[in-house]
Amino acid sequence: MTSGTKISSGSAGYVNPLRDPRDKRLPRIAGPCGLVIFGVTGDLSRKKLMPAIYDLANRGLLPPGFALTGFARRDWSTDDFGQIVYEAVRQHARTPFRQEVWDRLAEGFRFVEGSFDDDDAFDRLESTVRDLDRVRGTGGNHAFYLSIPPSAFPVVCKQLARSGLSAQDGEQWRRVVIEKPFGHDLQSARELNAIVDDVFPEDSVFRIDHYLGKETVQNVLAMRFANQLFEPIWNSHYVDHVQITMAEDIGLGGRAGYYDGIGAARDVIQNHLLQLLAFTAMEEPTSFSSDELRSEKIKVLNATKLVGPIDETTARGQYTGGWQGGQLVRGLKEEEGFDPNSRTETFAAITCEVETRRWAGVPFYLRTGKRLGRRVTEIAVIFKRAPHLPFDQTMTEELGQNAFVVRVQPDEGVTMRFGSKVPGSQMEVRDVTMDFGYGTAFTEASPEAYERLILDVLLGEPSLFPVNEEVERSWEILDPVIEHWQAAEEGPAPYPAGSWGPESAEKMLARTGRTWRRP
Amino acid sequence: MIVDLPSSNSSTVNKKLVELRESNGVLALGRVLTLVVVTDDGLSIEGAIEAANSASREHPCRVIVLARGARKAAPRMDAQIRVGGDAGASEVIVLRGYGALADPEPGAGMVMPLLLPDAPVVAWWPNEAPAVPSEDAIGKLAQRRITDALSSKNPLKAFEQRRAHHVAGDTDLTWTRLTQWRALLAAALDFPPHEDVTAALVAGEVVSPSTDLLAGWLATRLNVKIKRSPSTSTHGMSLVRLTRSSGPVELTRPDGKIATLSQPGQPDRMIALARRSVPDCLSEELRRLDPDEIYGAALTGVGEISRGRTPVKV
Repeated sequence: MTSGTKISSGSAGYVNPLRDPRDKRLPRIAGPCGLVIFGVTGDLSRKKLMPAIYDLANRGLLPPGFALTGFARRDWSTDDFGQIVYEAVRQHARTPFRQEVWDRLAEGFRFVEGSFDDDDAFDRLESTVRDLDRVRGTGGNHAFYLSIPPSAFPVVCKQLARSGLSAQDGEQWRRVVIEKPFGHDLQSARELNAIVDDVFPEDSVFRIDHYLGKETVQNVLAMRFANQLFEPIWNSHYVDHVQITMAEDIGLGGRAGYYDGIGAARDVIQNHLLQLLAFTAMEEPTSFSSDELRSEKIKVLNATKLVGPIDETTARGQYTGGWQGGQLVRGLKEEEGFDPNSRTETFAAITCEVETRRWAGVPFYLRTGKRLGRRVTEIAVIFKRAPHLPFDQTMTEELGQNAFVVRVQPDEGVTMRFGSKVPGSQMEVRDVTMDFGYGTAFTEASPEAYERLILDVLLGEPSLFPVNEEVERSWEILDPVIEHWQAAEEGPAPYPAGSWGPESAEKMLARTGRTWRRP
Repeated sequence: MIVDLPSSNSSTVNKKLVELRESNGVLALGRVLTLVVVTDDGLSIEGAIEAANSASREHPCRVIVLARGARKAAPRMDAQIRVGGDAGASEVIVLRGYGALADPEPGAGMVMPLLLPDAPVVAWWPNEAPAVPSEDAIGKLAQRRITDALSSKNPLKAFEQRRAHHVAGDTDLTWTRLTQWRALLAAALDFPPHEDVTAALVAGEVVSPSTDLLAGWLATRLNVKIKRSPSTSTHGMSLVRLTRSSGPVELTRPDGKIATLSQPGQPDRMIALARRSVPDCLSEELRRLDPDEIYGAALTGVGEISRGRTPVKV
């Protein structure tokens, strides 16, 4: 998933004499550039973005003279802003704090105060950015990170265009980074794309799905395409079904403004889970260039269809209050800011099918929820039972189906489940697990998803960012479910906090004789 | 947990490892390589183990420390196993050989039964290395042989030996210390103006194998005259200047901590460029176990550089 040796700017045919494909030690450092963050006061920016930028600097991957500009409606000086970043870095950075790295980084901080509808503020931002080109040598290359609600996108995009901030000429680049949600249905996603595309060309738009920055997700591709062991059985001959789960044990207290009316399906299934499905089900790309990778992902998403009837193949639920893991928690309807009659689902599960020869007849079950048993994200590929067993029934009573589980988070790794003889004079077979602990051993030094993604933005390396078409296609898959749910008279079924979802979730698998794994 | 096994042998150690695994849960799964650290018995052992432990967080490994004890003592092998909190993400086995067991051949014999099945073997000499690592008894067991010219008593002599006896699979931390310099220089040439480099100057301390090696690398990559001069700074490498027709690209580090990158028509830019620690270098070394051809070429390039006498002021 590297970019090869393409250099985003420069005269054609130039080969840097100091680079050599055999020289694998040389990291690619971003070229001269700066990053502008809108919404610097938000949680994401303090907990993820600022620490990630420091970690990148500490690993020597940011260019000398890198600039970070904050934009917010706060009466702050650049020093105040520096203090906020400092605290965020001290609290959340992954790598150890080094004063000399910090000092160099802090020299490139700027802060511009203003609101999104304030022409004057954007003019000041424009002159700040231009000044950075002169003082810090950022070379006219700037990325704009919109860590703001989507409702503010139109006005910010318009301002960026009006003030000339989005204009790219010659070898300079301007890029925009946006976070989910990318709309709330197909229609709104198209409108949002139109607004952004109006100002930035599609190849300058980076949509962040932080799951794709995770090592374990990229490892799915390595696991599948670099090994001989798994690919032969990675199809409907051997695979019975696939379960993709993203569960959280936390509730939604304090997130009413964003979540009420949106729900779990839109929040998670549309982006994270369908992307994980694409990684699991896609065909082998001819190369790991971003174009090839994306076209394979789009192909598999185009082949992905909902399985009906929706009433029976989907499930939705809403958590109720109670004791969860020794703590008394509130139900969604009692959470602060939520409508006491809220019909927002906090658990959603759907059934998909990938209509290709490889996957014909293999259901993909996707589920997500809040206040579930524990925090876990995993992809479980469940295999068919062996067609004929030379053992009698009593010998294999405790033998389940073989499974291949990619644990995306936490405790990153892979588990394989298969039958093994129980020691003793009798022939008895029972399920055992074989475990690859990617997490415990590797992650301490492996980068955060945001580090990887921010660096890719600055390098102009797009493979890990979903394109327009993928976003719209995902909505196309999900929209019928949401419409169906909205039209239904009944709201989501209640489930107790700390459980694994409502009964309807069990039923949707039970109708074909399957059960959910307990992750 | 630390388990001492005085006057022991390799099969006892192996048995104890399995026993520890069974009584303490899964400790030894997912190890990707065996790192054999060869050193003299003494204070330097703990530093080397610490570096190996910190590298093991990125590359889970079994660390075997082969400490050569007194040659005049009666032949004896003392073993020590460290697992859990005392070993980072690795398991550490310290083998102390005395008498005949302090020699390389019997030393390799002690290590052999403890190598992980199927996993690559990396040998690391944190201080003094054999003159020809690839022909050493331990070196022959390993795919990758890591030495450190700078930590030996006579860095220049050690570096000369590296140049004279290099084979694919050898690396030296002298090279690892250069990665960040090389990355910055390469990045500077990524962007316009894309002009040819017509000459280059590299300056650093007189005793600084890394400075020589960087000059050698530039010589093989650029095919122009490279001059290696002493500098007024006492912090290893301190200056690289690449001359191009529009003006020089210059990376200077007078204090060993902060570097300045200057390019014509652009403001000077400062960046933290501290000298790298050994654990950091070792982590990078273990990231790739295939032969480093670029390093091999750079070593040959050292023969092509011209030496300046006048110290360059930085």
